[in-house]
Amino acid sequence: MKSANSQQRSPFLTAYAVLVFGFIYLPIVVLIAYSFNRDGVGGFPPRHFTLGWYRQLFNDAAIWDSVINSLLVAAAGVALSLTLGLLAALALDRANFPGKALFRRLVLLPLILPGIITGLSLLMFAVFAGMQLSLLTVFLGHGTALISVATTELFAGLQKLDRAQEEASLDLGATPWQTFWRVTLPNLKLSLIAAGLLIFTLSMDEIAVTFFLIGRDNTLPLEIWGRLRRGITPEINAISTLIFAVSVALIVIWYRLRARTIGTQAQELLERP
Amino acid sequence: MYSRLYKTVIAVPPLLWVCLFLLLPYALMFAHSFWLVRDGFLVHRWNLQNYRALFTNPLYFQVFLRTARIAASVTLCSLLLGYPLAYYLSFHAGPRKELLYQLVIVPLWVSYLVRGYAWKTILGSDGVLNGFLQYLHITHEPVSFFLYSPFAVVLMLTHIYTPFVFLPIYAALEHIPRPLVEASQDLGADRRATFLRVILPLSIPGLLAGATFAFVLSLGDFLAPLLVGGPSATMIANIVQSLFGAAYDWPLGAAISVCILLITASLLFTTERLEKRWSFK
Amino acid sequence: MSAGAISPRFATPPNAALLEVRGVAKSFAAVQVLKNISLQIASGEFLTLLGESGSGKTTLLRLIAGFEQPTSGEIWMSNERLDTLPPYRRRVNTVFQNYALFPHLNVRENVAYGLRVKSTPKEEIAGRVEEALRMVKMAQFADVRPATLSGGQQQRIALARALINRPQLLLLDEPLSALDANLRKQMQSELKALQREIGIAFLFVTHDQDEAMALSDRIALLRNGALEQIASPREIYARPATAYTAEFIGQTNLLHGEINNGVARCGSLQWRTAEAPGAAVFSLRPEAIRIANASLQLPDAVCFRGIIRQQIYSGASELLEIDCGGNQTLRARIPASGPLSGEHEFVFSAADAVPVFESPSAHGERATHHEPR
Repeated sequence: MKSANSQQRSPFLTAYAVLVFGFIYLPIVVLIAYSFNRDGVGGFPPRHFTLGWYRQLFNDAAIWDSVINSLLVAAAGVALSLTLGLLAALALDRANFPGKALFRRLVLLPLILPGIITGLSLLMFAVFAGMQLSLLTVFLGHGTALISVATTELFAGLQKLDRAQEEASLDLGATPWQTFWRVTLPNLKLSLIAAGLLIFTLSMDEIAVTFFLIGRDNTLPLEIWGRLRRGITPEINAISTLIFAVSVALIVIWYRLRARTIGTQAQELLERP
Repeated sequence: MYSRLYKTVIAVPPLLWVCLFLLLPYALMFAHSFWLVRDGFLVHRWNLQNYRALFTNPLYFQVFLRTARIAASVTLCSLLLGYPLAYYLSFHAGPRKELLYQLVIVPLWVSYLVRGYAWKTILGSDGVLNGFLQYLHITHEPVSFFLYSPFAVVLMLTHIYTPFVFLPIYAALEHIPRPLVEASQDLGADRRATFLRVILPLSIPGLLAGATFAFVLSLGDFLAPLLVGGPSATMIANIVQSLFGAAYDWPLGAAISVCILLITASLLFTTERLEKRWSFK
Repeated sequence: MSAGAISPRFATPPNAALLEVRGVAKSFAAVQVLKNISLQIASGEFLTLLGESGSGKTTLLRLIAGFEQPTSGEIWMSNERLDTLPPYRRRVNTVFQNYALFPHLNVRENVAYGLRVKSTPKEEIAGRVEEALRMVKMAQFADVRPATLSGGQQQRIALARALINRPQLLLLDEPLSALDANLRKQMQSELKALQREIGIAFLFVTHDQDEAMALSDRIALLRNGALEQIASPREIYARPATAYTAEFIGQTNLLHGEINNGVARCGSLQWRTAEAPGAAVFSLRPEAIRIANASLQLPDAVCFRGIIRQQIYSGASELLEIDCGGNQTLRARIPASGPLSGEHEFVFSAADAVPVFESPSAHGERATHHEPR
């Protein structure tokens, strides 16, 4: 039951909320608008609609090379983070070992520390280990930093897991390994997908850590960064608009997946005798 | 229920990885802060010279102060924007609450760089804002202080971190059982008193979490000054970055990083204690 | 015990109408939850709103508290319009179902809350808090946090927190439903005693009819958003107005039949009656039926024969299921008297067969032939 009396809804608060929303979305709207502007990135109002910048973008090989690099790193990063994150979440949920508290904090550090610190530390490590800076070092950086995201999400998923299901599986004769594949993992499906999408997005966007670990091959954010040093063109608006569109699409997919999975679970609940 | 083998298998790989790729690197950074650079080469001689330089040379302190001021401004502005928004969504939005929540989250998924770049194009002398003001004849010349100033950095970072601050506050507000709000009104407290006496105190853990996040990340940000800040807005992380780049002095850079890390760690520790004190189950 | 510290000053004289609900209706979106309710609460009265979930009793309570607005109709208290006031300006306080104690304040601060928001001087607050805690027997818990208290203890604090404000009317939203059975019985009698002592009007919401009968001066039975009957417990039990009321409160046999020429005929039963001719339904309480024997003299006795099909023992009494032939089954409650079987003769007084009517809230829903419980 709602408690707010409709006559008590404050018009000032509503107006303020609208303003905050406007503030949050203004730059994005401007960005998208000017990606279609023939006369460049500044001035007002934008006239002369054109798709020229998008055409230029599609012919820009360097950008698309960097996109591929980013995708490679992101995919590998997701794989690494999810695997280690899953193990870490399981360990935190089920095992007791010396240094567990320290481990938990350590895993979460990259999430809360400014990226420059993690990036520089890994750079020092790479030099120390005699590694050449390349996409490999970038991959190591992303994967390591993003373990924390996977751990947090999967730990939450494990908490919701009904322990009795695993016990029932063991009772029916399945080995722990079989139980893990047949019972634990399927129950974590939603958490895995959510974590995966988040890690993917964060990796595609990562700059601070990548800044110090990048070799000759650029990731997308760093390619854009390099362009910015040379001068602003609406082509950057265009790629930014595309990034925005993809991000929104990802959220919608994630949302639908979530709703459908919850829907299936609810369905199963109803069909249970 | 879980055998020792099971527990070992799940615990060892992440532990090993984290030790190798997190603990060791951070330790390396720590070690570097006690070393030196001489004639362009790294000398592994243990000393406190870097730290002494940090505390005696006023330049570093000034930059650090500016950084703290910017971070504090960002945190304050993010709170002033994020809290009322969270409050509105939680208590006044009604059936549209879920949709509006998604709308707030969307910008979080959009690249930091993209958003920073957007502000760059808006605030510049040839930018959208100046164009807009001139179009309306509010100004006749481009205003230059919008871009390449601490103001621009605060603006951009506030834009980045407002949704981050919004999230934990919204979660905390949603957790407040509505009967408590009704009980407060029932006992004679109007909306303002109910907010101050019941809602605000119970939302403090979320508020602290969001504020800490915004402050700490702003403190260590080096990209915003490079994008929109200009030389007058150099922050402490920019100094670190240049020490690892053109100004080649890794030990000094490491020393500053260690200081940032220590400040961050103690802030996190303090807020964690405060959050515990202010959470009521 | 100084109940004077709690009873409202300048209160309306006892038994005068304190609260008036006038033609109140409430809809949420397309659903009409309350349909044209009118009732009065007398000052010092213990009135219970009784009904199933969905009957609208909680909604009515929330309308009086101020958390909802009526879609139409008005609410008046002490000759002033109430429903236009926000909750924090009404001289009404609520005890919530899950107590809604503030977790960030200790017991003392919780109880003092209503006084503090009105800027009552500190010395006065201290004294009144002590008083209120003593009244609910929780004085030694003043400095603890509510989370550490049991359900029953929290409920007392919620009570003290509400009463310290000297409301003219106290609303209680199923306050005992979260307690276990024994504690519930104990709290019921304490609550009743407290109300008598303080003299404040209580509006109590529950779905438990035993609770309603035990505590109330009057019961207002709600069904599908309409008032089915409002009367004292004894009256509502002895003279239920509708079939629904007869079945909701206590157990009953519903006898369907016809009245012709001053005689009521229901299956194999018949008796003289002054009711109007036509189809009729009568409510006959199981305890009104006895096993006939020579020494039993009942006024206007109605006799019938039946075979005992089932005997359900429950300690002090037992319930007999009697097959009267022709698809008619009656239930009788008699003092426990050892195993019985076979055909017997039974008797009840015609006065105990109370005519009941189709309820106004039924809206065309016919009073179906219910199997008596």
